[in-house]
Amino acid sequence: MTGYLFALALAIATLVLIVWLLRARRLREKYAILWIALAFAVCVIGAFPRFLFAVASLSGVATPVNVLFSASIVVLLLVSVQLSAEVSTLEEETRTVAEAVALLQARVDDLESGRGNEPKPSRDGGSRRTGDGHGAASRGGIAD
Amino acid sequence: MSGPASSPRVLVVIPAWNEVQALPSVLQEVAEILPEVDVLVVNDCSTDATSAVARASGATVLDLPINLGVGGAMRAGFRFAVAHGHEVVVQLDGDGQHDPREVRALVAALGQHSADLVIGARFAGAGSYRASGPRRLAMRLLSVVLSWVARTKLTDTTSGFKAAGPAAVALFAREYPAEYLGDTVESLVIAARAGLVIRQHPVEMRVRTGGVPSHSPVKAAIFLVRAFAALALALTRPRGSGSAVGA
Repeated sequence: MTGYLFALALAIATLVLIVWLLRARRLREKYAILWIALAFAVCVIGAFPRFLFAVASLSGVATPVNVLFSASIVVLLLVSVQLSAEVSTLEEETRTVAEAVALLQARVDDLESGRGNEPKPSRDGGSRRTGDGHGAASRGGIAD
Repeated sequence: MSGPASSPRVLVVIPAWNEVQALPSVLQEVAEILPEVDVLVVNDCSTDATSAVARASGATVLDLPINLGVGGAMRAGFRFAVAHGHEVVVQLDGDGQHDPREVRALVAALGQHSADLVIGARFAGAGSYRASGPRRLAMRLLSVVLSWVARTKLTDTTSGFKAAGPAAVALFAREYPAEYLGDTVESLVIAARAGLVIRQHPVEMRVRTGGVPSHSPVKAAIFLVRAFAALALALTRPRGSGSAVGA
């Protein structure tokens, strides 16, 4: 019976941790839903291990614990794929921001060097010119 | 398609990552040979004095705060061109292997062929560049597939020496992949699928001033595998999904 209590305590601790992270805004809601669902599932299985036996006999798996293992592996696989996708999105966002920062830095340099003070009419109208390509050179000592 | 009747405003973009040795002579050459163009050096988060050296040579410099690779550096260059009203962007390597004397020919080729993108190609007659072994095979296969995609004969698809006309500049400012070979192979696929006209122009390449080209067969084999993975992904990607973030 101690093993049972231990499993249940672990499941409840997981649930509490996730809710706490959510409340502290350390975990965004869109990722948390999955984890909350998972924590509930762990609680249910911890409280009613018989549920697992039922699933095992229904799905034709001989050893009930293997249902748990295979389900865990599939869930973890999906979670890591989803995280990879999120990281890729973040990289693209970081890249866009990095480019924007570099472009703005060049404009600020140009304005500070005084070349950009006089507004130049641009040929194609609308877009701004901040120099003739040599504005930044006259001023030395730029930090990398 | 081609630029206006007057000569187009040309921006030479030089993506540079730790090119402190070769860059000054490249910039000097460009300034001497092409006084009419604007020069933008995109410093891809170099750890050496690339940025300072470029500024000292009189070029405008974009300092990327993180290393993005050639694709990221080039998209920043295309965005700069759009913001500053340049109609044509020519990509030139900072290691000196691209001859600035060929830039005018590439820009002229845009108009001659009513093309949106002209590639300075090494195997198209001029010059003596020869690749060998698996790398040569990979480049050949890439040429065959991309020639079919672009509906024109391309012999050097991994060349970084390219001129982009107004339509290509606008497209690439939005969508220019930062992935491996994204700046060469995938960008051609993106351009072809957008209906842009791609042509090539024979150029002679020089031995690069700094750095040593690798001739390891293992590296060449890895190149082959990665190149085809990149190509397969580019070709099977749903249209208009090249960039995860709308710009």
